[in-house]
Amino acid sequence: MSSSQVKLMIDGNTLEAPRGMLLVDAALRAGIDVPVFCYHPKMEPVGMCRMCLVEIGRPSRDRQSGEFLLDENDQPIINFGPNLETACTTRIDEGWVVYINSERALEGQKQIVEFLLTSHPLDCPVCDKGGECPLQDLTMLHGPGISRFSFHDKMNSLKRVALGELIILDRERCIQCARCIRFQEEIVDDPVIEFSNRGRSLEIVTFSEPGFDSYFSGNTTDICPVGALTTSDFRFGSRPWELNAAASICPHCPVGCNIILNTRREVKMGGSEIVKRVLPRQNEMINEIWICDKGRFAYSYAMDSERLSQPMIRVGGELEETSWDNALKVAAEGLKQSGANLLGLAGGRASNEDLYNFKQLIQGLDGVSMLNDFMAGGKQNQQIGLGPGSNLGDLGVGDAIVVIASDLLEEAPIWWLRVKQAAERGAKLIVANARFTKLEKYSAHTVRYSFGDAPETVLGMLHYVTGDSSLNKYAKVDGQEESARIIKEATNAVLFMGSEGSDSESSKRLVQACGSLLAATEHIGKANNGLIPVWLKNNTQGAWDMGLTPPEKHLAEEFRDRTALYLMACDPFGDNPEMLQELPQDAFVIVQELFHTPSVDRADVVFPAQSFIERDGTLTSGERVVQLFYPAVSPHGESLPDWKILARIGALLGVAMESTSAAGVMNRIAEDIEDYGEIHYRELMNREDQWPPVGGKQIYFGGTAYENSQGIGIRLSSRAQRGEAYEPVWKESPKKPKGEGIRIVPIVKLYDQGTTVLPSLLLAQRIGQPELVIGQEDADRLLLQNGAQVEVQWNGTAHQFPVAIDNDIPEGIVLLPRNRQLGLEMPMACNLTPVKPTSKEKGE
Amino acid sequence: MLAALLKGLWTTLRSMFEPPVTYQYPEVKRPVRDRYKGRHYLQRYDNGLEKCIGCSLCAVACPADAIFVESSENTDENRYSPGERYASTYEINMLRCIFCGYCEDACPTEAIVLGHNYELSFTNRRDAIYTKDMLINPVSIAGQPTPMKVEAGQFDRAIPEMEDPK
Repeated sequence: MSSSQVKLMIDGNTLEAPRGMLLVDAALRAGIDVPVFCYHPKMEPVGMCRMCLVEIGRPSRDRQSGEFLLDENDQPIINFGPNLETACTTRIDEGWVVYINSERALEGQKQIVEFLLTSHPLDCPVCDKGGECPLQDLTMLHGPGISRFSFHDKMNSLKRVALGELIILDRERCIQCARCIRFQEEIVDDPVIEFSNRGRSLEIVTFSEPGFDSYFSGNTTDICPVGALTTSDFRFGSRPWELNAAASICPHCPVGCNIILNTRREVKMGGSEIVKRVLPRQNEMINEIWICDKGRFAYSYAMDSERLSQPMIRVGGELEETSWDNALKVAAEGLKQSGANLLGLAGGRASNEDLYNFKQLIQGLDGVSMLNDFMAGGKQNQQIGLGPGSNLGDLGVGDAIVVIASDLLEEAPIWWLRVKQAAERGAKLIVANARFTKLEKYSAHTVRYSFGDAPETVLGMLHYVTGDSSLNKYAKVDGQEESARIIKEATNAVLFMGSEGSDSESSKRLVQACGSLLAATEHIGKANNGLIPVWLKNNTQGAWDMGLTPPEKHLAEEFRDRTALYLMACDPFGDNPEMLQELPQDAFVIVQELFHTPSVDRADVVFPAQSFIERDGTLTSGERVVQLFYPAVSPHGESLPDWKILARIGALLGVAMESTSAAGVMNRIAEDIEDYGEIHYRELMNREDQWPPVGGKQIYFGGTAYENSQGIGIRLSSRAQRGEAYEPVWKESPKKPKGEGIRIVPIVKLYDQGTTVLPSLLLAQRIGQPELVIGQEDADRLLLQNGAQVEVQWNGTAHQFPVAIDNDIPEGIVLLPRNRQLGLEMPMACNLTPVKPTSKEKGE
Repeated sequence: MLAALLKGLWTTLRSMFEPPVTYQYPEVKRPVRDRYKGRHYLQRYDNGLEKCIGCSLCAVACPADAIFVESSENTDENRYSPGERYASTYEINMLRCIFCGYCEDACPTEAIVLGHNYELSFTNRRDAIYTKDMLINPVSIAGQPTPMKVEAGQFDRAIPEMEDPK
């Protein structure tokens, strides 16, 4: 027995556990559940609810020698204290004897439940937590059948306190365990809710504007052990036992959080299934038991009545609904006639199966297929990405994490959370960006470069690693040397590379520089080492893996002289209305979409596609984990999955494709694409025991998060891990054009005005008006104040926005959240003109 | 043997002169017992508010899965029940119902009561589904129809006290 392990006896079972482990965890490992409310395995214990009272006996020791004192039978003398102790705050030691289910301990637990119930209302029949409520379960297990207190003496407090639009608090039901407050403080560091008053008047208040302003607020409803915190989308929506659960993968960002879609039949959907709520599904390698609010609340788009439900063809200038057979025939005819110069453009939102079939179809028709994106890095991720055995949760002391050109909190909140937690465990975090991001708070080192200089900054770090003197011209920003040293000395290093401030050309240079830096510091080809691109779409990596890459030239140039255009899961004309002029008037356009986007308006044939809740498929996350999502509801209208539509057109045009099932397409992918050789649906349904156990019998332990029994996915191995050599290359930076005036840089906001967010009425309230962020110098020069309207012109278009002044933004740079209809994919030059308020507005 | 035959014939002969026990249904209806379990009625308080709070406990108690409930939140502008929640959809499939009364047992507000009506016949399956409008009692003379507009803060409990709400 090693000295770090101790032996103790719990309810007569002898077990060994690490010294210093909390008694509640040690007991669970022995298969004994200690009832808890305030304790949560992901948070520090506080011992507030006193539910976990147990009897603890410690062996008596000789004061001088420290040896155990023995009785006449040579057994250690065990001293039981006069009081019961809380198992959640007590750390175990050698020789303890613990009783969890003894008469005395059970009596203590029973009295705590009775005490908690003195001020807990009898709302169970209407409470949203009823049926999955730890207090309800523990009352059934440990509670007394009757109370000695009068029902009429119960406290009455406010029933419906909206902490924000998303979370509603019932003050009466709160048992003051502080799980929500501790989650906001300890785990996500957004301390926007707190206790106010004391004693019987203790209540939860929010002090942010808008209320409960956190990207992770929904998780507090999961871990609330009573029905005090509920989400407003599910409020009184259904009883938990009436819900079906379908495993899925969040489609909003490249993290690939594992989720559960809870569905039930509803009258308003004509008796078919409807998604009632989204809950996290445990995957300790990806999202632990958390999801962000975008993943939790932005699902209603999939059930929106505006969705396309019928194929359409253009007849005499107007789109008309038609049958599938007819639409497919028209599409096939059109491709036959004008498919000589065909361009296929797919979005990173589609699944691997869709993208593979898309590539096959366009290739079979001798067309060119591309990904509607500009950021580079997919190839490097295949070469030197994180390999099997990696887990951001394993990074800690001695490791380094670099985040460059990305605002992780806005782009991939769960990665932000995992990086923050790794930094708190002792990993050295280096945040390199052109502006302040919230992640800097946890960084060991911050590198602040000027906008657009991300590749040069990394090359400067490379200079300090390799000593390459040709690179010393890039070593000019503070902190490069120190960062280089940290990365070099780190046991493991992970590099998150974003696209903020990059265009397609500088993104290529940035990823090459990042690859060279990782290669030079030997942080490739090992678990927990390598590159993670922070993509703008959830399955961009999958698209790269299926052989689709961003256009070499600007998209506008690609559109010129095309005779036919095939769009899948992307909306280039909605992103940038100017593109319409680039495409020849007579080009034949086919669109596969969910909604009636501006691209649909230009289409000759429109196919309604199925959303992620209606079908199965796989997605590849930024960490290159292939994960399976399952169908949850019946298809909207006559929509079909993208891969099937492609296969049906292929059949008409003589391009052989898999048309039976998504699993069948994946089998083709496995045959065709080396990295996916081992991937089959059966393997993707793999499960693994995870710690802490949630969602099983111990539901009060982890809240309403689901256990993962439907597949934790497979992490693809990188080429470097398979022994393939990586040739680091980097390019010299081109000379920067001078005197450009002001540059406008698109940034990512979590709640954007995208088609997937806007239909969510709850989140729509949080989106707000996009603001143009401007530095103090520029604002002073243009005589602008916060909130003033300004007209911005770029690329021949003009838009008006209110300005927000940020001292952190350097002169000559303005920031604008990415949005549809703007045509602002990459940074570009712009002109600012203040808009004079009209006399009427002035008067107000 | 002959004695037994005569005894039987005597019984037949005797009953020919007794009054018949047959009821001339549907003209004549036999009264049911007080605790007879016929079709369901959703109850109201005297002031017109619905007793049902949409908790679905009847649906989960139903061994035949005959009940379907969808609930929504009351507001002071549109108030159906005194609590926070009400049944926006309430349906019972009378073809499935076995009239066991478990729903009545499960109801925490005594909202669903099995009445004395046993005359349930349908010509198609769709008609066998009784909706909330068909199940709910009419408003009493003293009450108002639902939804009603009430003063803010008048109803502040999740589940009403069982007496008539003021």
